[in-house]
Amino acid sequence: MATTSKGLFGSSLARKYWMAISGLFLCTFLVGHLLGNLQLFVSGEEGKLAFNEYGHFMTTFPVVKILSWVTYGAIFLHTVDGIMLALQNRAARPEGYVKEKQSANASWASRKMALLGTLTLFFIVVHMKSFWYEMHYGELGLDANGNKDLWSLTVKAFEQWWYAAFYVIAITGLAFHLSHGAQSAFQTLGINHPKYTPIIKMTMTAFAWLIPAGFVAVAVFLYVVQPGQNL
Amino acid sequence: MDLTLKIWRQNGPQEKGEMKTYPISGVEEDMSFLEMLDFLNDKLINEGIEPVVFDHDCREGICGMCSLFINGEAHGPGRKVTTCQLHMREFKSGDTIYIEPFRAKAFPIIKDLMVDRSAFDRIQRAGGYISVNTSGNTIDANAIPVPKENADKAFDAATCIGCGACVATCKNSSAMLFASAKISQFSLLPQGQPEAKERVLNMVHQMDLEGFGNCTNTGACEVECPKGISLENIARMNRDYLFASLSSNK
Repeated sequence: MATTSKGLFGSSLARKYWMAISGLFLCTFLVGHLLGNLQLFVSGEEGKLAFNEYGHFMTTFPVVKILSWVTYGAIFLHTVDGIMLALQNRAARPEGYVKEKQSANASWASRKMALLGTLTLFFIVVHMKSFWYEMHYGELGLDANGNKDLWSLTVKAFEQWWYAAFYVIAITGLAFHLSHGAQSAFQTLGINHPKYTPIIKMTMTAFAWLIPAGFVAVAVFLYVVQPGQNL
Repeated sequence: MDLTLKIWRQNGPQEKGEMKTYPISGVEEDMSFLEMLDFLNDKLINEGIEPVVFDHDCREGICGMCSLFINGEAHGPGRKVTTCQLHMREFKSGDTIYIEPFRAKAFPIIKDLMVDRSAFDRIQRAGGYISVNTSGNTIDANAIPVPKENADKAFDAATCIGCGACVATCKNSSAMLFASAKISQFSLLPQGQPEAKERVLNMVHQMDLEGFGNCTNTGACEVECPKGISLENIARMNRDYLFASLSSNK
């Protein structure tokens, strides 16, 4: 048998490996991001100074800077690869069915990954404009320690009901995206084992709902408590 | 039983097709779905209408020739049955039944409900075999010990009849379940080892060339597969391909 293959670049399986690897990396990013957000539960001057100190560290510490570039890369790869896969998948069935009962054999989230991914990407753009852009290139005031006052920018954004609502909707979309993607990535990488797969599925399903629940909890807290009003 | 059938009619591969409605009465619940279509065709022939073209052969669920997308599902509403083993008792009198061909770019329509599934044959030819010297000193297959669990799994994979329900069901028209079953039935056995790397690389390459979509792991194929081929096979193919890509010389 002579070998013909596109190897780890270009084949359908390889595209899925990259999707899985970038997706799983972005899952670890979410954990880090949430841990940072949890500091927003501390209100008052103390919470503000600590959060701004953290913001300063996250934008200046070299290791974090490298990690953030890897994260941008992973988002880019996941997006471009996802678009390529979606286009190929669409081309694979030029004429659809008149009657199709997809709910009979697959979960809603697993069938709507491209839609949920697009919603998530749109959210990332808005989210980065709100905070990342303002932190790096905007004109933020300084707090008592001389750090950029990211805290005030953040809490003020979430005091607006529509911003908080958009955030909650987008994070819910992300939760559905993760509910399929986080455990599906293991199958794509060939990890399917009678002993370990049930544990992986349970863990990743819990991950998919608990991590977004954490993000939502912070957003709801900021909207309800409105810590920016007291300072 | 009185039924309303909505059937895809298409004269040839390049022709434009459409759904046509055929009311039918006198269908018995003990008829298989294909017998019901035979019954319809008899009626159509008597009326001077061209009968509906559909694929069928053994009519006992083992050849993989019958297809059909019935009421939005490959091989209809039953589980682990082919269309020939689907019986009309699964439906109620008065029902409207949609009957469409398997849809995929890689499965072009020949006529009406009949599609060309030779893409599967080409995937199979790309590596779905073992090279055995048959010059008179062939070794008995049973002479090589095989763990019982592997033998069972290889046999389960080998029950794939290549009907294409996985492709028809998959929202991406992916052939991963078929290809992975055909790869697994060899990769689990010692006889399949010498060509294992080339096999997975070549068969996946051919699968891509045929224009099938990618796998989103929705699991729809496993649900609709008349033989219950497991998603475990897809994971096995994924890791075999990964290791083969990393370690092959080309």
